[in-house]
Amino acid sequence: MSSDIFIWPFNLGLYFILIYSVVRSTIWFRNLSRADKLRLQRGFFGMPFMQSIREIFMESLLHRRIFKKNPVLGYMHMSLAFGWFLLIVFGTIEADFFGERHLNPPSHAIFFRWFNPEHGTTGLASLYGHWMDFLLAFILSGLLLAIFKRFIPGMMGMKKTTRHTWTDRIALTSLWLIFPSRLLAESFTCGVHGSGGFLTGNLGAALSSLLPAADIAPYFWWLYSLSLGTFFFLLPVTRYFHIPVELLLIFMRNSGITTADRWSAYTEVQTHACSSCGVCISVCQMSRAAGINDMQSTYFVKGLRNERDIAAITANCLMCGRCDEVCPVGIELGPLRLIERRQGERPATMLSFFDRYGLTRRREHIEREQTQSYSYLAPEKEQPADVLFFAGCMTHLTPSVIVAMKKILDSAGVRYRFMDEQGGVCCGRPLMLAGRDREARELINHNSDIIWKSGAKTLVTSCPICYKVFRESYYLEAQVMHHSEFINLLIEEGSLRLGYLHRRVVYHDPCDLGRGSGIYDEPRAVISYVAELQSVAEERSMSLCCGGSLGNLTLSSEKRAMIAADTARTLTQSAPDELITACPLCKKTFVQATETRVSDIAELVAAALPRPVRKTRSRASLTAVKTATDG
Amino acid sequence: MKEKRKHVIVAGGGVAGMEAAGSLAEMGIRVTLIEKGEDPGGHLLQWHALFPGRRPAEEVRKYLRKRIAHENINIITRTTVEKIRHHGHEIIADLSGGTEERADAVIVATGFDLFDAHRKEEYGYGIYDNVITSADLEEMFNRKRVVRADGSVPSRIGFIHCVGSRDEKVNNNHCSKVCCVAAVKQAIEVRKLLPQCEVFCFYMDMRMFGPYYEELYRESQEVHNVNYIRGKVSEASVNINNRLVIKVEDTLAGRPLKMELDLMVLMVGMEMSKSGARLAEASGLNTGINRFLESADHHYGSNRSGVAGIFYAGTCTAPMNITDTISHSRAAVEETVRYLGGR
Ligand SMILES: Cc1cc2nc3c(=O)[nH]c(=O)nc-3n(C[C@H](O)[C@H](O)[C@H](O)COP(=O)(O)OP(=O)(O)OC[C@H]3O[C@@H](n4cnc5c(N)ncnc54)[C@H](O)[C@@H]3O)c2cc1C
Ligand code: SF4
Ligand code: SF4
Ligand code: SF4
Ligand code: SF4
Repeated sequence: MSSDIFIWPFNLGLYFILIYSVVRSTIWFRNLSRADKLRLQRGFFGMPFMQSIREIFMESLLHRRIFKKNPVLGYMHMSLAFGWFLLIVFGTIEADFFGERHLNPPSHAIFFRWFNPEHGTTGLASLYGHWMDFLLAFILSGLLLAIFKRFIPGMMGMKKTTRHTWTDRIALTSLWLIFPSRLLAESFTCGVHGSGGFLTGNLGAALSSLLPAADIAPYFWWLYSLSLGTFFFLLPVTRYFHIPVELLLIFMRNSGITTADRWSAYTEVQTHACSSCGVCISVCQMSRAAGINDMQSTYFVKGLRNERDIAAITANCLMCGRCDEVCPVGIELGPLRLIERRQGERPATMLSFFDRYGLTRRREHIEREQTQSYSYLAPEKEQPADVLFFAGCMTHLTPSVIVAMKKILDSAGVRYRFMDEQGGVCCGRPLMLAGRDREARELINHNSDIIWKSGAKTLVTSCPICYKVFRESYYLEAQVMHHSEFINLLIEEGSLRLGYLHRRVVYHDPCDLGRGSGIYDEPRAVISYVAELQSVAEERSMSLCCGGSLGNLTLSSEKRAMIAADTARTLTQSAPDELITACPLCKKTFVQATETRVSDIAELVAAALPRPVRKTRSRASLTAVKTATDG
Repeated sequence: MKEKRKHVIVAGGGVAGMEAAGSLAEMGIRVTLIEKGEDPGGHLLQWHALFPGRRPAEEVRKYLRKRIAHENINIITRTTVEKIRHHGHEIIADLSGGTEERADAVIVATGFDLFDAHRKEEYGYGIYDNVITSADLEEMFNRKRVVRADGSVPSRIGFIHCVGSRDEKVNNNHCSKVCCVAAVKQAIEVRKLLPQCEVFCFYMDMRMFGPYYEELYRESQEVHNVNYIRGKVSEASVNINNRLVIKVEDTLAGRPLKMELDLMVLMVGMEMSKSGARLAEASGLNTGINRFLESADHHYGSNRSGVAGIFYAGTCTAPMNITDTISHSRAAVEETVRYLGGR
């Protein structure tokens, strides 16, 4: 038995990682809030558990989401994860079925060929051997792709691969060594004994005809076990820790736990679940249009994981939500950034190698100082209204939108009050995006007071930025509508008479309206009603940000202009007559970036209103008609 | 065989182009002056009176017209120079309409464009009736009638400086140099025309860079009671009386300010001209980050393009007043003649 000690690196690694994972998950569980604990407990005995199993199968093993985004990348992930999974399952069955005993320790399945070198030359066993060889080949094909991707990232249509730490590199090397060393170990052993499937058998025969296979085989079995053991030991401090953590994340999410607005065990699980797949890098306009390559979500998440001072990275983001949309793990990247923006100053810590195994490490909440106060805002007097129109500070910078909205509302006979006609108080969202929630709260309270007192049933706003905050952070009785929704309603109920404009137009989904609030169809319905709407590349949930975002206060205007130009170019590819948006800030940004005429959806609709007919004129034409019919 | 007479193309018939053509012709060089518009003259055609002395712009126009009335000058109008390229020793200018012109050298004098005030929507140009640009006001001076859209006489006028200049948001970081003093000049003219009308200028800095400019600025305050408020106008709207309401961040007093105006004049800045930019792009001429043509050397080669036989004159390289445009243009002629002699 003394020759079997090579299995110990594997055994130790395996027991270590199992125990570590259980302990760490237990601590995470203990750190959850009462409500979240309850959610998880209920989830365990209900539907969420089954859903999670399904999702784990589809996403963690088959990698369906990555597959949809990028088939080659998907295949790579699938062959490694699903292939390995099958190899373990069928290996265990093989050991149980063909081995000398039932219920073997895991090492007997993993090193089956070593313990049963002559197995599988005939009948069912030989067929099974071919199957196991096929699985190995499946994994190796994915591995080959992974190696290609590492050295030629462009091959997979990915712009960049994420950067690695040295522990990541060692772990990666050991991961890469696992399957080639298994292949060689099995082949040498099979070569000696004339066994093996189509892969190990033939390779073994070839190798043993050239080399002293019996002497060489043990070295590869050692390498196989060592690389497995190293991989397991390093797992918690490398990006590969995401593999077990993602399973936990899926279960937590399906049980109904959400990110909320503070650091929690759930946010920590999310930061550990990032696979550094880099999908968020390739969609980020900061890199593709402005050449900024150090602030993308994967780096942000890594900074969180490693307790770095990432204030600069956190701030330098458009908050456009494109990465959220594509992250295959489903990490809530926007909300995480907002939590980080709410933090006060954090000293940069350099975690040592062993710190990173720390079981109880948690990101502290650092209260940020309140810098300004709006306590001088006096409550306004009561002014009743059915419909309140709130233009918003951004819309006040695009007076043409206000003029258009007034025309539309008047033409439809809407009895409304223009809440901030003489200038109003900001909706609060810019402050929230800057992480200044307490200050924002004062503005929100002030505006809420006005809206409540008015008794309005509907609150219409022209700015998606205000719209989002009214819907999400205000407590209101009034129904909040973006003007595109409201205009659509007016058209549907027949209150607006509109002509048709013979213009070819394209529509840009503003981030906060589209991805941020899910409003895609109403603006399109309105536009199609009055003009010819053409489709553009990267529409709807993958719409590009105009670059003017209020979510980023550190980006230079040159970089903003680069993003704006890139987006405008994509939108105007079909040389439309007009570029329509539904956000005053987008409009202002695009006007500087393109020669194409840029209008807000309200301006387009106002242009389709019938021209006010002069009284005298209409009488004259009436008489003309009369005389014509008389004669 | 008689030596062929040298031939120079001047692209753009503004102040710079006309002066260059005149100087070259005087030296016996054959000139083709190509102008995009109806008539030569450029922006000067729009101005009523000139700073600093408020002399009629017509005087300078007359001088320039005389300058180009020369047998050596062939004037082609309503024609755009689209591309300049080398062909052996010759330079060929491709013109709109598909024709071409051959010469030994080219002087580019494509001038500037006024900033399109629609791009600064928060000021309401094209949306509110009584928002006009400095160029519109010159037009009103020409007609000797400064009135609101409804024909009424304004009792308070505001001049907004730096519209489209020194403004990152519209991708223009440069100062247009002449608009401060142009505002001072226009403010005085308004006060003289409408003694009952109050005048306010909203500025970031007053840049009185030329001779007698500072004196004009003083005169405007001491004699004509023009008010200067240091502050940035953030937005404009209209109230029920159809008066404009502007919001200003008064940076000296350190507090926000609201003011009602009857007429608002936007001091639009100077930008690289669009047709000049197209010409530069097509011909491979360098442009700087301010998008104006970039000279071969900032200090001693501001007329040189860095390409053999192509020279620059006037505001196609940077904002300038007429005085500097004419000097710059003459220097371009000197460079051109030296180049022709050396061949
Ligand atoms: C509001 C305002 C007031 C001013 N008032 C004064 C003042 O009082 N005193 C003063 O000293 N200065 C004044 N100036 C400055 C003065 O207008 C300029 O210095 C002068 O016009 C510059 O002349 P230019 O020839 O370089 O350019 P422009 O006047 O712009 O002339 C360029 C010409 O080139 C033509 N062109 C362009 N591209 C092409 C092409 N590709 N092919 C053919 N032709 C082309 C154009 O049509 C134009 O006619 C004022 C400027 C402004 C903005
Ligand atoms: S954040 Fe999401 S998309 Fe980005 S690297 Fe991590 S897992 Fe991939
Ligand atoms: S939110 Fe937008 S800008 Fe920010 S990291 Fe994601 S994709 Fe990039
Ligand atoms: S300006 Fe418009 S497109 Fe740009 S971030 Fe804001 S909502 Fe999105
Ligand atoms: S000259 Fe005066 S108004 Fe013109 S851009 Fe410069 S500072 Fe602004």
